[in-house]
Amino acid sequence: MDMIETKALEFAYPAEEGEKPVLALRGVDTAIEKGSFVVVLGHNGSGKSTFAKSLNAILLPCGGKVYVEGMDTQDEACLLEIRRRVGMVFQNPDNQIVANVVEEDVAFAPENLGVASEEIRRRVDDALAAVDMTAFMTHAPHLLSGGQKQRVAIAGVIAMEPECIVLDEATAMLDPIGRQEVLSAVHKLNREKDITVVLITHHMNEAEEADRVIVMDDGRIALDGTPKEVFTQVEPLRTMGLTVPDTVDLLDRLRKDGLDVPLDALTVDECAAAITAALAKN
Amino acid sequence: MLKDITLGQYFPGNSIAHRLDPRTKILLVTLYIIALFSAKGWMGYAVMAVTLAACVKVSHVGLRALVRGLKPLVFIIAFTGILNMFFTPDTHYLWEWGILRVSVKGIENALFMVIRIMLLVMGTFLMTYTTSPIRLTDGLESLLNPLKKIHVPVHELAMMMAIALRFIPTLIEETDKIMSAQKARGADFDSGNIFQKAKALVPILVPLFISAFRRADELATAMECRCYHGGEGRTKLHVLKYQRRDYVALAGGAVILALVVVLRRLGA
Repeated sequence: MDMIETKALEFAYPAEEGEKPVLALRGVDTAIEKGSFVVVLGHNGSGKSTFAKSLNAILLPCGGKVYVEGMDTQDEACLLEIRRRVGMVFQNPDNQIVANVVEEDVAFAPENLGVASEEIRRRVDDALAAVDMTAFMTHAPHLLSGGQKQRVAIAGVIAMEPECIVLDEATAMLDPIGRQEVLSAVHKLNREKDITVVLITHHMNEAEEADRVIVMDDGRIALDGTPKEVFTQVEPLRTMGLTVPDTVDLLDRLRKDGLDVPLDALTVDECAAAITAALAKN
Repeated sequence: MLKDITLGQYFPGNSIAHRLDPRTKILLVTLYIIALFSAKGWMGYAVMAVTLAACVKVSHVGLRALVRGLKPLVFIIAFTGILNMFFTPDTHYLWEWGILRVSVKGIENALFMVIRIMLLVMGTFLMTYTTSPIRLTDGLESLLNPLKKIHVPVHELAMMMAIALRFIPTLIEETDKIMSAQKARGADFDSGNIFQKAKALVPILVPLFISAFRRADELATAMECRCYHGGEGRTKLHVLKYQRRDYVALAGGAVILALVVVLRRLGA
């Protein structure tokens, strides 16, 4: 079964008086496979954040349906169960940390779910270990770095033992080191705990290691496929106002200059190998 | 400058005073305050002072930290002392000048008043110094739990208090940032009279409030995402549980209160 399935999903934010509501999502049909690592790309206003918030019933569809493991997000009775299964991490780490001690914050979700104390203890320890933050268990969150805070926020979600984590531009406010910390933590969770990850971002480079990339534009899915399939579509990406990864950009320019290189060498190593091979042929 | 605010400051430690149940400490401070206001005469105050000294000793909180806590209150303490000294009516006076009259009773009253305020402040500070804010809120929530029966939103109040405490450092940081941004554009917060200074604060408060509302909105969404649905069926990571030391401490507190009341009756 798919983790999350959307059927002709439409959403419109309430409009100001006298104005027509504008659809932020206009018919999104997709399914997110269990255990996969999906990156959703798009420029500002493409509907990617709205899409993310529809996945755990924070926003309810105006048209169409969202199913989380078969449960309809519009069904109130399933609300808590849906939110437990699909955890969400937001952009600003400061605005999602509830308690003033790291372990208390991680315990927040299991406390809400009515989990027994000893079990909460175990989950908190596990969750902090999973994001490498055990050493900061009794620290005050406001004294941590951005990357560390965001990892605490991720631990707070893992403590619910979710099947899926949605990161809504969770790396946007971080410096490169913090971003790397968060990404490697998320990749590790995907690999080791088999948690489905939906990463919403506008950094192309974060998509390189994904199983699948979805590009959104104007409330619709514009491109969908493996990173290689998506990023080799240089022209469509540019017209949507997105930059392609640096490696693809370089290869694209070399091709325009007449060098015979493939476009789908995404990582720096692959790219370097492809260029060396092409140069050796010359 | 904003970093100096010591609101409910907490000194982490592992003394008996730190390990006591927060509820015990809240109850003890309540007993302490009742005892302090029932104390009368030198003996009564001596008992209270010794009690506080003993508590300070077992808490491993430096006396200096406690005295520092008194600093912002120096004016109020001095004012109360002077008022009591000069305006206590008595039958005969040591010194008179216009309406200012000093009597033996006045001096005694002033001293008692000053000692009382100092003991009161130091005693309550000792509690906040040895109890983390989150434990303090947990303790309050648990103590006030019976009020839920008469529909007092105890859980919600405790949650609000915990979140407020959590956001104090964040908002202070934000205020500093806004002030720097305004200063960079030529704002002046330090000169002018008090009205001009107050007026200069408006451009800080407006963005601060707007951002606080935005934060509140995001925090609410994040809490919903983590399955928050009020206090019903909620469990705790740290369950409060009275230990033997809590009963001992409470018994000790009760004995001291009784002693002070007895001393008052005896008129000693």
